[in-house]
Amino acid sequence: MKTAIRAAAFATMAFVVPASAQNLTMAVGAPVTSLDPHFHQLSPNNAVAGMVFDRLINTDGQSRMVPGLAESWRAVAPDVWEFRLRRGVRFHNGQEFTAEDVAFTFQRVPNVPNSPSSFAGFVRPIRNVEIVDSHTLRLSTNGPYPLLPQDMTNVYILDRETHQNVTTEQFNSVQAAIGTGPYRVLSHRPGDRIEFERNDQYFGERPAFGRVNYRMITNDSARTAALLAGDVEFIDQVPTADLARLRGDQRVAMSEVTGLRVIYLSLDHMREDATPFVTDNDGRPIARNPLRDVRVRRALSMGIDRQAIVDRVMEGAATPTGQFFPPGIFSYVPDLPAPRFDAEGARRLLAEAGFPNGFRIQLNGPNDRYPNDGRIIQAIGQMWTRIGVRTTVEAQPWTTFVARAGRQEYSAFLIGWGSNPEGSHPLRNLIASFDRERGWGASNRGRYSNPELDRRLDEAMREIDDARRERMLIDAQRLALEDVAIIPLHIQTNVWAMRRHLRHDARADESTRAQDVRPAVQR
Amino acid sequence: MTVYLLRRILQSFMVLVAMSIIVFVGVYAVGDPVEILISPDADQLERERAIRALGLDLPLWEQYLVFVQRALQGDLGRSFVFNEPALQIILQRMPATLELAFGSMFLSILIGLPLGLYAGLKPDSVASKTIMAGSILGFSLPTFWVGLMLIMVFAVQLGWLPSTGRGETATLFGLQWSFLTANGLAHILMPAFNLALFKISLVIRLTRAGVRETMLMDYVKFARAKGLSQNRVIFVHVFKNILIPVVTVVGLELGSTIAFSVVTESVFAWPGMGKLIIDSINVLDRPVIVAYLMIIVLMFIVINLVVDILYSVLDPRVRLEAKA
Repeated sequence: MKTAIRAAAFATMAFVVPASAQNLTMAVGAPVTSLDPHFHQLSPNNAVAGMVFDRLINTDGQSRMVPGLAESWRAVAPDVWEFRLRRGVRFHNGQEFTAEDVAFTFQRVPNVPNSPSSFAGFVRPIRNVEIVDSHTLRLSTNGPYPLLPQDMTNVYILDRETHQNVTTEQFNSVQAAIGTGPYRVLSHRPGDRIEFERNDQYFGERPAFGRVNYRMITNDSARTAALLAGDVEFIDQVPTADLARLRGDQRVAMSEVTGLRVIYLSLDHMREDATPFVTDNDGRPIARNPLRDVRVRRALSMGIDRQAIVDRVMEGAATPTGQFFPPGIFSYVPDLPAPRFDAEGARRLLAEAGFPNGFRIQLNGPNDRYPNDGRIIQAIGQMWTRIGVRTTVEAQPWTTFVARAGRQEYSAFLIGWGSNPEGSHPLRNLIASFDRERGWGASNRGRYSNPELDRRLDEAMREIDDARRERMLIDAQRLALEDVAIIPLHIQTNVWAMRRHLRHDARADESTRAQDVRPAVQR
Repeated sequence: MTVYLLRRILQSFMVLVAMSIIVFVGVYAVGDPVEILISPDADQLERERAIRALGLDLPLWEQYLVFVQRALQGDLGRSFVFNEPALQIILQRMPATLELAFGSMFLSILIGLPLGLYAGLKPDSVASKTIMAGSILGFSLPTFWVGLMLIMVFAVQLGWLPSTGRGETATLFGLQWSFLTANGLAHILMPAFNLALFKISLVIRLTRAGVRETMLMDYVKFARAKGLSQNRVIFVHVFKNILIPVVTVVGLELGSTIAFSVVTESVFAWPGMGKLIIDSINVLDRPVIVAYLMIIVLMFIVINLVVDILYSVLDPRVRLEAKA
């Protein structure tokens, strides 16, 4: 009997001990919808792709470019980029990685059937792919194109032999989910979990955990509870309401980093006459749109106490800002602090603009998209009312909100933007004039338009020299932000929580990946 | 019987058509799937490509005709998000929801019937009053809150049960079921109980009311007068008669449990259909929403039919032809 018990105890131990040292159970808040790295450009999918596949250029925690499948890259001519590929890299099924695979990947990317959001934009600038030798590539573009390396940080490389004619379904059923990355996929239960095993042949740093159970727990409270109960050891998207409690918990450690997602207000620049949700104090439409007056926009920006929003609504998990990027990111504008809260100055500016008694406005926004989005617009509504702009607030589910915002139905609304760390990215998409031919301003929902900015952006996007381009982009951003094209509010902090025995290298791009998690004490 | 069935099937078909139109127009009215699915930094060309790829460039009526044409061949469309047939995605998630629904129904009968019977037989005892008061809680507490409380108490504080997820599964009939493994059972217990809470209260109340009413009936008195034992009177004569309303209600509840266990499934991260539908609504994945609701309508039709047939078995006075 005694022996039996001892044997049982031993068996349990044998099971438990390696489990804690070797296995990692993590839970993410957003569902991964596909294992096909070219099917849907969606952050949770990209995070998983970042575990299984590699890009020519990978990114570090601060979203800086680091060598991936390419060891080095340089512009050999203004319109030709040369990539030297890493030798001796093998896919999970043993196939060797060569330049042919990159060429094949570029062909597949724009041709994934039924893709709701493809990666085609990242390979469209490539006019020609020249395979110099098995591990050297030359990519030529139409005219100088400095952003090619940045684009290459988004394209996951597949194998020509393995992935010829492979469908998205075959990726989802694991059989085709074969990359060069630090983890291989063992099983996939859509909407529930993905199981990974370490790829011991990985060319980069060896991940700490041999087996990873990657679960999707979309309910915020349930995710936190699963961490506290010890069912999972690591969670992402920690709700701000739980921050204080988790910080005080002895069993839990946190990791955080200022992200790349800016929350901002977009204003109607399109209508010169009355804008739908602005009226005078008696509720009558105002014949000319006051939001086109820079003094009004500046007043609205000054009238927001960003620090109060960060402290009280965001529980500190954000940084007040007056621009797109946090310090330390390429093309951050150094001398442009977050606008100071100044109700008196705002009132003065409004009076100067011809609105000594203010006006009425409705502020719109989503209520299920960004942390505390509905509460942020409420806070702003109160602040604006204090400077004389009587504000009503309407928050809606993202599904209805975003369609209406995209149709220019609102006068002022809150929305967020996750940037690539390159000033041209937010400028081209949010600020540049809406222009279908160039593909600019696609997310410029307020239809701001400034020919001088367009000209400078165009110039910057042809400048191959990084230092010069950065200066040009800083100037262009300053121009847009001094004209208050949008009203930036804060940049979100990305927060992860884990059991004490773990540590994590936080990522600005919000990706939750197993290779960034390690035991807290090195054994 | 045949006429009755035919008529029911025809009616069901009309309901299905109406449902598909409502959902189509509804999703169209709510928003634009491409706005939600597209990466924010996609340019105009890419947006136009996505709209074409998802078939959203056609006018709505044409999109609907395409859908009907394919549906008649058994194809309910491909999910925008998963790029797999909507029907297949839903059926994949069905076992998880079914075992949760049946688990909770099982619990509600296992707990509800005896308690209700007791409360009906001894209406004035303290225990009965406690049971009845407790059943009010079961009705009124929101599942969302109860679910989180269960997790906080049994998973976080006591550590007896796993907090979320489905646990290990075993294969039966080619499908994955978690009630076949100990680990799976531990995982299903809390969500099933959470889902059952409302139904337990319902069954208690129905049973109690039925028992109290039936005990006064002449045939019960007669059975007693014949000298039958108390147990035989209760478990044969009374029990059989109170089962009719219980079966009706539990049957209908089963339908809504399968269809709308959304809250419980998302609190417990249970990978079933309820979680699928709420995720799909959030991204306006129209093919999945349409297919899901059509399946649900179909299921309700079948359940109602089965309940009607069960009636006639339990109560010989009910004749299906007469009703039709």
